[in-house]
Amino acid sequence: MDDIRHMTLAQALAGLRAKRFSSVELTQALLGAMEASQRDIHAFVTIDAEGALAQAAEADRRRAAGEEAPLLGAPIAMKDNMNVAGQPCTASSRILEGYVAPYDATVSARLRAAGAVFLGRTNMDEFALGSTTQTSAFGPTENPVARGCIPGGSSGGSAAAVGGGLALAALGTDTGGSIRQPASHCGIVGLKPTYGRVSRYGVVACASSLDQVGPMTKTVEDAALLMDVIAGHDPLDATTLAAPAPRLAGCWEGMDPARPLAGMTLGLPKEYFGDGLDPEVRALTEAAAKRAEALGAALREVSLPHAGFGIPTYYICMTAEVSANLARFDGVRYGLRVPREEVLGQYLATRAQGFGAETKRRILLGTFVLSSGYYDAYYNRAQKVRTLIRRDFEAAFAGCDLLLAPVTPEPAWPLGVYQDDPIRNYLSDVLTVGANLAGCCAIAIPAGATAAGKPVGLQLLGPALGEATLLRAAHALEPR
Amino acid sequence: MEYEVVIGLETHVQLKTRTKMFCGCATAFGATPNSHVCPVCLGYPGALPTINGEAIRLTVMAGLMLGCRIAPLSRFDRKNYFYPDSAKDYQITQNGAPLCLGGAVRLPAREGEARVIRINHIHLEEDVGKLTHRAGCSGVDFNRAGTPLMEIVSEPDLRSPDEAIAYLTALRECMIYAGVSDCNLEEGNMRSDVNISLRPKGQEAYGVKVEIKNMNTFSGIHAALGYEIARQKAALDAGQAIVQETRRWDPDAGETFSMRTKENAEDYRYFPEPDLPPVLLAQAQIDAWAKDLPEAPAARRERMARDYGIPDYDAGVLAADRALADFFEATAQRCGNGKLASNWVMAEVLALTAKEGRPVQDSALTPQALGDLLRLLEAGTINGPTAKALLPELFAEGGDPKAIVERRGLAQVSDAAAIEAFVDAALADNPKVVADYKAGKQAALGFLVGQVMKRSKGKASPQLAQRLLREKLA
Repeated sequence: MDDIRHMTLAQALAGLRAKRFSSVELTQALLGAMEASQRDIHAFVTIDAEGALAQAAEADRRRAAGEEAPLLGAPIAMKDNMNVAGQPCTASSRILEGYVAPYDATVSARLRAAGAVFLGRTNMDEFALGSTTQTSAFGPTENPVARGCIPGGSSGGSAAAVGGGLALAALGTDTGGSIRQPASHCGIVGLKPTYGRVSRYGVVACASSLDQVGPMTKTVEDAALLMDVIAGHDPLDATTLAAPAPRLAGCWEGMDPARPLAGMTLGLPKEYFGDGLDPEVRALTEAAAKRAEALGAALREVSLPHAGFGIPTYYICMTAEVSANLARFDGVRYGLRVPREEVLGQYLATRAQGFGAETKRRILLGTFVLSSGYYDAYYNRAQKVRTLIRRDFEAAFAGCDLLLAPVTPEPAWPLGVYQDDPIRNYLSDVLTVGANLAGCCAIAIPAGATAAGKPVGLQLLGPALGEATLLRAAHALEPR
Repeated sequence: MEYEVVIGLETHVQLKTRTKMFCGCATAFGATPNSHVCPVCLGYPGALPTINGEAIRLTVMAGLMLGCRIAPLSRFDRKNYFYPDSAKDYQITQNGAPLCLGGAVRLPAREGEARVIRINHIHLEEDVGKLTHRAGCSGVDFNRAGTPLMEIVSEPDLRSPDEAIAYLTALRECMIYAGVSDCNLEEGNMRSDVNISLRPKGQEAYGVKVEIKNMNTFSGIHAALGYEIARQKAALDAGQAIVQETRRWDPDAGETFSMRTKENAEDYRYFPEPDLPPVLLAQAQIDAWAKDLPEAPAARRERMARDYGIPDYDAGVLAADRALADFFEATAQRCGNGKLASNWVMAEVLALTAKEGRPVQDSALTPQALGDLLRLLEAGTINGPTAKALLPELFAEGGDPKAIVERRGLAQVSDAAAIEAFVDAALADNPKVVADYKAGKQAALGFLVGQVMKRSKGKASPQLAQRLLREKLA
């Protein structure tokens, strides 16, 4: 078989269609690599070898019978916060240990219907609360490219699995950068779709008004292939958009190969190039902007005047929703229960043992910002600032097609560093939370590496439902 | 001191939808515990709510019935609190932007003028599950969790327990009329939280209020209010302050007990439900729904009394039940005599429905049949006893009264010669009764009429029989 470490989803599908290898062979090879890497990389919290091989065998049978489906036989890794019927779904939390999903998330159901094989569950920050994957209750994940460093988070397991060649492609979720930041740190592509483009039904909620599911892949083409399966209106998620999801795969075709970005204006938000930016990240981002110019794009500086309020606004909106979304983990119906004689004691014991420190911190923060007497000063005010931030983006997109920016202020840092400094961690989301607060789409693609060999990503941001434009530019700018 | 009682009610009314508020589970009552549940109403990780459009329509109908303003944009909010009967540990409700605003319930006039009780708003929310406690453990049944509830919040316009009950009765009537709810009290379809305070007569400012939670019988509400009035009056007279608190009514003890005071009140941390977009209602949609709105019971009561010339009391009883009122009106129109139709529906038909345990619309008796029967009675074709005897049969099996009367020869005998023979026989066979009558015992005449009827197999005209008897005994 071809080298699976570098195989893209598109190549794998071509190989399966040409019958150069079977889904069982491909799945077996990946499972072997996954198992072998668990001790050092630890990208997975659950590897479902038996289930995956059964699905692969079924896919092979279907193909032999002449059937075809968009992802028939393609192995995919799922972040541990998406329900896949029959598999555990813990969101990397002790409080969901023992819970086996009784139903498919809509994204799982759509992948299943498209013939995908579910390899296993990727590690993440507990309930997606973190940007390093170190808040996982089941131990951290190591960056497979920048060894010894964090893979980013919260979708760190998915990023490490794809970046380390352990999965062809994965799904992640992005609440404030949780797809784009780990993609950047692990040298892969990560797309956060427009809010409402992909169903959240069956995805363990972090912050409902910010969460989006998206693909984490080796190429822009692979991201488009997955989007074409998972995107679109879902009657089970009232926040999905009614607008039809146009086909994205191949949307970059027909452009002038020498100047594919001709006629496109890219805005550089000056607030995203501030003092805190690591010099190597700045240099790589500016180089990418020059490359875009060479490919025909017009560059212009734009301003997002309220960008400086992004972090406090985000951490108020997000924690408020988290505090309510995580209330249901009470030991009554599923997951961990620490039995006590009376119900309040049982709640306290179950939640004290079941949640990690960062999760508790955010529940407390969220409870505080919603409480009587503080609501107007925090939650209500943050909602107003959120509107201003959204208007910033709308104004910026009135003058350009896409925004170009770094993904994170600095490359991946060593495991264990800053772990006791939540504010330091929160600040690293400064360049990604804007897209979530505004609801627009954004993608991270590889932009190169630092002198020390750490991957650095480039972020492109597009207006709501601007995925096709976003992917056209990303496809032109991604490394060949 | 003399006090004025101030009462406001928050009434939860269960909507008559097939499925739950935010998922597709059935709203069936009395099923095996946890048999009507799914990831959504069990609060499973990742499950999301979607709005039941029928619940929105029914709440709008309720609002239109009470003359509320329907909000073109309303929202759902999360009310956060931990309790085992709450699957998500928050309740989806409407806090800031409810579906219906304003409106009023008109109480029938008792002494003096009719009273108008203002509605503050109506909002929509989901019910919780049901806890059962056994020795050593507790169980939760989530069948009821997610059932759509309207909360109808009145202004503090009620001034006595009787008025509170009159308000609830009128509200219930309206909701059943609009087809919004069955308002079945035994099944907990209508539950009220009661707010009550006292203030010195003539004072404008309200006194400190007490809330009594979750009452589902009218008699319980009446008794609890009576108890609270006496308790608060005694406290105020003794110079004690009323504590703002939530109390619970214990029907066995006949007393209310403190549950929690304001200092310990929960902070529900309401915020907009991010999983649900705002509910937008176009005026055209509201207008289309309004076309199906029935006449309000109070208006119908007045109209029926006027149009059919029946007493207010009769109109009130008939109008209280929409199906019964429909039946009465159709009967009255068929027979052309409103008073006669009213008498028969009120006495005979209601007695039958009580005896058979089913409403008239579920019986075989049609208003056409009853109307025809009453026409035969009025025309003297049959007598009263025959008509009454035929009614149970029509109720059970239906049929055309005219055809039945003809087929069985039930037409009354009004031929004086034929009846005279029965009269003579009755007088001859009962000399002692005749003597009693002649001695001044008026009741004896009734017995003799009965004898004539018996001999005629019920077909004699009772009036004619009586006249002939009187003549012969004179």
